[in-house]
Amino acid sequence: MQDDSPPPSLEKLNEGLRAAKAKRRSVKADPGERGKGMAFAMRIGVEIVAALIVGVGIGLLLDHWLGTKPWFLLLFFVLGAAAGFLNVFRVVSGLGGQVGYRKESAPTESDSGREPADGQAPAKGQDKDG
Amino acid sequence: MAEGGGGHSPLEQFEINSLFPAREHGEIGMLDFTNSSLMMVATLVLVSAFLILGMRRGALVPGRMQSLAEISYEFIAGLISDTVGSEGRRYFPIVFTLFMFILFGNLLGMLPYSFTFTSHIIVTFAMAMLVFTGVTILAIVKHRMKFFSFFVPPGTPVAMWPLLVPIEVISYFSRPISLSVRLFANMLAGHTLLKVFAGFIGVMGVFGILPFSMVVALVALETLIAFLQAYVFTILTCLYINDALHLH
Repeated sequence: MQDDSPPPSLEKLNEGLRAAKAKRRSVKADPGERGKGMAFAMRIGVEIVAALIVGVGIGLLLDHWLGTKPWFLLLFFVLGAAAGFLNVFRVVSGLGGQVGYRKESAPTESDSGREPADGQAPAKGQDKDG
Repeated sequence: MAEGGGGHSPLEQFEINSLFPAREHGEIGMLDFTNSSLMMVATLVLVSAFLILGMRRGALVPGRMQSLAEISYEFIAGLISDTVGSEGRRYFPIVFTLFMFILFGNLLGMLPYSFTFTSHIIVTFAMAMLVFTGVTILAIVKHRMKFFSFFVPPGTPVAMWPLLVPIEVISYFSRPISLSVRLFANMLAGHTLLKVFAGFIGVMGVFGILPFSMVVALVALETLIAFLQAYVFTILTCLYINDALHLH
């Protein structure tokens, strides 16, 4: 009984293999995609450095102001490093470079209705006072 | 490029010189017109000429120049509608101006004997601060006190705020720095590398063909980076405007 059903012929197997190989070979890097990828990579490299610069700068300023020599520098160095990693995490996970964890990435149209309110005269007047 | 191998520093191309004939070499007055200013004015004139001459005829079937002008317009318009949405249309002028200014500045810097003003941090930092202050004012005007909720990730317990708020604030203030350092560092490093390799050509005699081919490849890479950095600066500006409009 079992001998009646022959195993799939080698030719058939070969054909399938060739098709799979051809499929893999035809996958080419899209130059447009590569440009986007490079733009993406350029962004993350600087993020850590920038956050560290800000953190160390704030720490040095506070130390200079309060006369607590190394302590604020040490604290804000660590905070700056954390902020840098957070920035990189956000860029990589597609949240953009923004502060905060915004869930929807698509801009909503509902806010556009609120927009004319900004242009109202009383609102403008308040801005100038404040 | 550096002739004779010695004498010329690869960093010489970044020197700022006053164009006033009365000045000594290396002396720069506060309001002097420098080679950097000259390149900025040249960029301004070129961008204006590119757009005004390109759109002069406004033909229904665009010619070559008009196509280029329209492509650049549509590229930025598409970028804004992708990242910000329809509300972003009113910020098109500033985004488009920034993009064209940086792009033409980068590309002008690729010409031999010219000067790349985007390779100076003060220039890129000024542009980044323009974006940063503009976006912050926009967010405060639009959201008032709600703007400060930006620094508190939603859903975090109050006990974590003393730790998270400083991190978020640092993260926010790192924006203009990362924006400016990225552009400046890329232009500076690329142009220095170009000059270093070019300096080897004369020294190595017949084998100078090796650094020469490297320079040819690097010029192509630098042109790509000139586009890429202008694009990155623009898309981040769009993202920041989007943040200011929508907060969380």
